[in-house]
Amino acid sequence: MQNPGNKESLIRFIEQKAREIRIDIVKMTAKAGSGHPGGSLSAADIVATLYFGEVLRVKPDEPDWPDRDRFVLSKGHAAPVLYSALAGRGFFPADWLDTLRQLGSPLQGHPDCKKVPGVEVSTGSLGQGLSMAVGMALAGRLDQKDYNVWVLLGDGECQEGQIWEAAMAASHYKLDNLIAIVDHNGLQIDGRVRDVMSIDPIDDKFRAFGWHVFRVDGHRVDILLDVFQQALDIKGKPAVVVADTVKGKGVSFMEGEKDWHGKAPNPGQLEEALKQLQAV
Amino acid sequence: MDQPFERSKRFRSRACHANIHISIEKVIRMSQMKATRDAYGEALVELGRQNPDIVVLDADLSSSTRTSAFAQEFPERFFNVGIAEANMMGIAAGLAHSGKIPFASTFAVFAAGRAYDQVRQSIAYPRFNVKIAASHAGITVGEDGATHQALEDIALMRALPGMTVLVPSDARQTRLAVMAAASHDGPVYIRLGRAKVPQVYPEDAGFQIGKGLVLWPEPEVPGQFNAVLEEGRVFDMAFVACGITVAPALEAARALEKEGIPCLVAEMASVKPIDEDLLVKIAKRSKAIVTCEEHSVIGGLGSAVCEVTARNHPVPVAILGINDEFGESGSAEALIKHYGLTSEHYCEVARKIVSGRQ
Repeated sequence: MQNPGNKESLIRFIEQKAREIRIDIVKMTAKAGSGHPGGSLSAADIVATLYFGEVLRVKPDEPDWPDRDRFVLSKGHAAPVLYSALAGRGFFPADWLDTLRQLGSPLQGHPDCKKVPGVEVSTGSLGQGLSMAVGMALAGRLDQKDYNVWVLLGDGECQEGQIWEAAMAASHYKLDNLIAIVDHNGLQIDGRVRDVMSIDPIDDKFRAFGWHVFRVDGHRVDILLDVFQQALDIKGKPAVVVADTVKGKGVSFMEGEKDWHGKAPNPGQLEEALKQLQAV
Repeated sequence: MDQPFERSKRFRSRACHANIHISIEKVIRMSQMKATRDAYGEALVELGRQNPDIVVLDADLSSSTRTSAFAQEFPERFFNVGIAEANMMGIAAGLAHSGKIPFASTFAVFAAGRAYDQVRQSIAYPRFNVKIAASHAGITVGEDGATHQALEDIALMRALPGMTVLVPSDARQTRLAVMAAASHDGPVYIRLGRAKVPQVYPEDAGFQIGKGLVLWPEPEVPGQFNAVLEEGRVFDMAFVACGITVAPALEAARALEKEGIPCLVAEMASVKPIDEDLLVKIAKRSKAIVTCEEHSVIGGLGSAVCEVTARNHPVPVAILGINDEFGESGSAEALIKHYGLTSEHYCEVARKIVSGRQ
């Protein structure tokens, strides 16, 4: 993907971008007074690596470029992480971020592809993004285009039956232009995923469905960069990266706390969160 | 007017015995009978030859929905996703997102019911260019019974912003509706049936989304179907029908005319967007309206008609369909009689309305 000499600086660049994304997430949700900081923060390193690590081939000034790689945020409630990355890449002005969840804002509570350049599909009703990604991958094959389709799933989202319908289809059609990432933060609204409805063993499930499975630390940008390249090299079957993450990662009082799934920080909490994120 | 009736008129003049005439007419009409799903299957192949971006999806019902013909000719553009309707709608959305024109088919009860959320979130909300062609709608599924008889699909699909809802009356109109759907940019729900139905849609009529057609009285100038509403005539009764009920509505109108009750019949395959102009004209020229559909009386064509008349020109409307209940097993013919989707029942209702008024 890049020559080794530049890799260290690229990793530091991505890490800096991930920090900026986390700062945006807590600011946006605090300003909005609602939203989903926990699952946005857990995905920050993954999304930063995709958008700032030269992984996704996209053109911010031409969001509908037919040959672009597609990124589907199937866990649509993590909209802030995507909005921040898209603004950071210049898909839309950064001051849009201040309008999250307000009446008339393009930045809906869950992503709306009709309103936001760079958002591929509208998501929010969990379980649907992987099917849409399968459709995009099939279209790419029919048109003999070499774009790849990336889709970010939540681990709780994998309780939806449609995920497994789509997983079955992706391997049936041998979609090696499709890469799924599971933001495996272990928590959902009502508690720990393994207590509410266990998805374990998630690796074996995907493997049994015909996927090539990678399991990595979802907060190690250097590892994510490598594994995404390896995932692209898998031929004849789809690949999934199960990324172990911490919900609320980067803000001590949010980390591993289910209550931060769908709650905005108050002004005092925002101040503390920013202090921690800016100190890194 | 349509072919079978033209021909039957000729036979009528030669027939010296009424029974002979009836049996010949019946034989001719039977030979002209064709299910809308059959016309859909043929239209798909025609479309596939015209446009390489047409792709077709099915959920293990391709022999029933008639997508199998397309599958045979264009295997690389056909995706049988197995028994997974939710996934089918999502894949169709993804294909449309990346430039394809997908036709996704299964039974109406699964397309509109089981996969409702996928149609809502993945297709209608982003306004993706997906055509949902749902077969085996209504009670004429027959013997399979209530689990397979969609009676609320028009209501569900009609309530989705931006969704076009088409309910063609016969094979000819189905072909035109499928072509129109393919040319339309945006999601379309096309409701198709299992049972063979007579040809009622005029050969010289085109089809436009958002436009209805007056089929009776027959136009004085060929092709000028709706001109009758400009003539100042007043009708005792206007039937507004879609799908398989257009044929019995026409029969009812003919029978009532003979009894001295002047009637009008309009077909309204485009349930959404509905032809407001035409409906207002009909309301202004008719003492009452009877709506006919193979659907629940809640939320379907009858509701759509009332929404227009109530806003613009209130007129008494009788909504005929299935009365807020599930269907049951039986032959299509028996069920049509049981639920009163017959010319006899339509006549009876019309007579009651007219006599009640006098």
